[in-house]
Amino acid sequence: MGRYIAKRLLSLVPVLFGVSIIVFFLVRLIPGSALQMYLGTQVEATPQQMVELKRIFGEDKPVPVLYVEWLGRLLRGDFGYSLRTGRPVLPDILARLPISLELTALALVLALAIGIPQGILASLQRNPIGDVANRMLGLLGLSLPQFWLAALMVLLFSGFRGWIPMGNYVRFFAHPLENLRMMILPSLAIGVGLAAVIMRYTRNSMLEVMQMDYIRTAKAKGLKRRSVILRHALKNAILPVITVAGFNTGYLIGGAIVIEEVFALPGMGRLALYAIYQRDYPLIQGIVLFIAAIFVLVNLATDLIYAVVDPRIRLDEPGRRA
Amino acid sequence: MKAPAFARNSIALSGAIIVGLYLAIVVVSFFWLPFDPVKMDSDHSLEAPSIASGHLCGTDEYGRDILSRIMKGTFVSLVISLSATAMGAVIGVTMGVWAGFLGGRWDHWLMRAADVLFSFPSLLLAIFVMAVLGEKTWNVVVAIGIVYIPQFARISRGAILVVKTNEFVRAARSNGAGSGFILFRHLLPNILVPIIVQVSLSLSVAILLESSLSFLGLGVQPPEPSWGNMLSAARNVMVIAPWTAVYPGLAIVFLVLGFNLLGDGLRDLLDPRLKNIR
Repeated sequence: MGRYIAKRLLSLVPVLFGVSIIVFFLVRLIPGSALQMYLGTQVEATPQQMVELKRIFGEDKPVPVLYVEWLGRLLRGDFGYSLRTGRPVLPDILARLPISLELTALALVLALAIGIPQGILASLQRNPIGDVANRMLGLLGLSLPQFWLAALMVLLFSGFRGWIPMGNYVRFFAHPLENLRMMILPSLAIGVGLAAVIMRYTRNSMLEVMQMDYIRTAKAKGLKRRSVILRHALKNAILPVITVAGFNTGYLIGGAIVIEEVFALPGMGRLALYAIYQRDYPLIQGIVLFIAAIFVLVNLATDLIYAVVDPRIRLDEPGRRA
Repeated sequence: MKAPAFARNSIALSGAIIVGLYLAIVVVSFFWLPFDPVKMDSDHSLEAPSIASGHLCGTDEYGRDILSRIMKGTFVSLVISLSATAMGAVIGVTMGVWAGFLGGRWDHWLMRAADVLFSFPSLLLAIFVMAVLGEKTWNVVVAIGIVYIPQFARISRGAILVVKTNEFVRAARSNGAGSGFILFRHLLPNILVPIIVQVSLSLSVAILLESSLSFLGLGVQPPEPSWGNMLSAARNVMVIAPWTAVYPGLAIVFLVLGFNLLGDGLRDLLDPRLKNIR
């Protein structure tokens, strides 16, 4: 197991390296340099000032050299400076992180809490009409745009004080209950799609497991139906479901970006959009890198959890959605 | 595939009907729209839906007919979704088949490149690409296409690796068939099913990605109507005029549902191995 973890951790290095290359060079593709954009809002600079500015903005050397220097700074935790505020990027990102993390984690919890029981119920209804109805329900859940659900929630709940954050965000540690109350609806808007995915996987997985010999044995022993389903079948059926949930965190992260915007929650996604609207490229670079790194780590953690709970470690990748 | 089997499969059929309806709306919108979708009419702003006025879905804050804008936006959404999926499928399948068929170093590097692209959540990657390319309609196609390339590459490579080990491939080779013949005659036809299913599901996700981008102001730009930017505009007025937010959203939901039903149903019809499970 230790060797497996070490191997998987090592395999992250080339992936993260590739991510850094993409982020660095894509930003370079943007027409007009960061310096030009910065100067666009300023008065004209003298030639000496230009030399100095080029050095500060890292435009005085060939691009590959700049990349290596940039990577070196990244590894020391220096993500660069915002073009708009002049502040270092990393502390600003870290300050927004808790909101996005809470939103994503809560969405995952809600998706599991809705999806697994629904999936079990669906697997028990084996008549043709119930079957089609359950599949329709699952597909409908997959088809709801997160931001539209969020807009409908704002519409429906705008009369209820405290349920819609809208500009008066309360930190969790300042007032946990109030914080949770205003995070529930946004998390639900993010998580409904994943709940549908989880429901479908739970149902299929349960149907597969229920056909196995040991379930027949358990039934033949005269165990209660409830105990066979919840204690014998679910234990095995839940494994692929956990993996699917883990690999779909990307969907939740993407959802958080849009939903933070709808509910005016000051998280990382909102910062990213602000950075894009303001053409603040060091900030964009930093956020994209940061989120990709988190996503890669979550995927690794999912793999490891799977390897821990299932001794028959399967190294091939199960399906992911987004 | 026989027609009765398709008709029996209510899931795929209902999906096909929904998608067909949207295609019909696109055709109609070329020749006729209830109102001019971009002409502003301040005398009739934020009118509630009514049959008497002819605004069946109401009007937006500039007095434009929402139904006409939804119909016009159908074309935009479908074209973006089809083009992006086509781009992802053509490039991705080519890469995946190449990697799976040749193996070795190509396989290694192409799949590592796919891993790197998989490290970005889809929407984040699309947003990032839009930020780099600039907010133009065709750039949305590129942004979503880039998200899809590794997905198609991985699926087609996996399928090729499975098919490659079949007896009939070895038999063909020992009969003296060339690589090109084996590839086009034996391998490609056998990986079509997972690719067709993936295309259908990708179309649905593309609609969601496009509308998300447009909602955030990074996709289709006003005044050209798209479902996403209509919803974005509706945010300011929806509390007093809910119809501005409800109808464009319903248009998205039903089209996405149509593609999902089609994809799910096609999987049942085309891939008998999964039938007992699903």
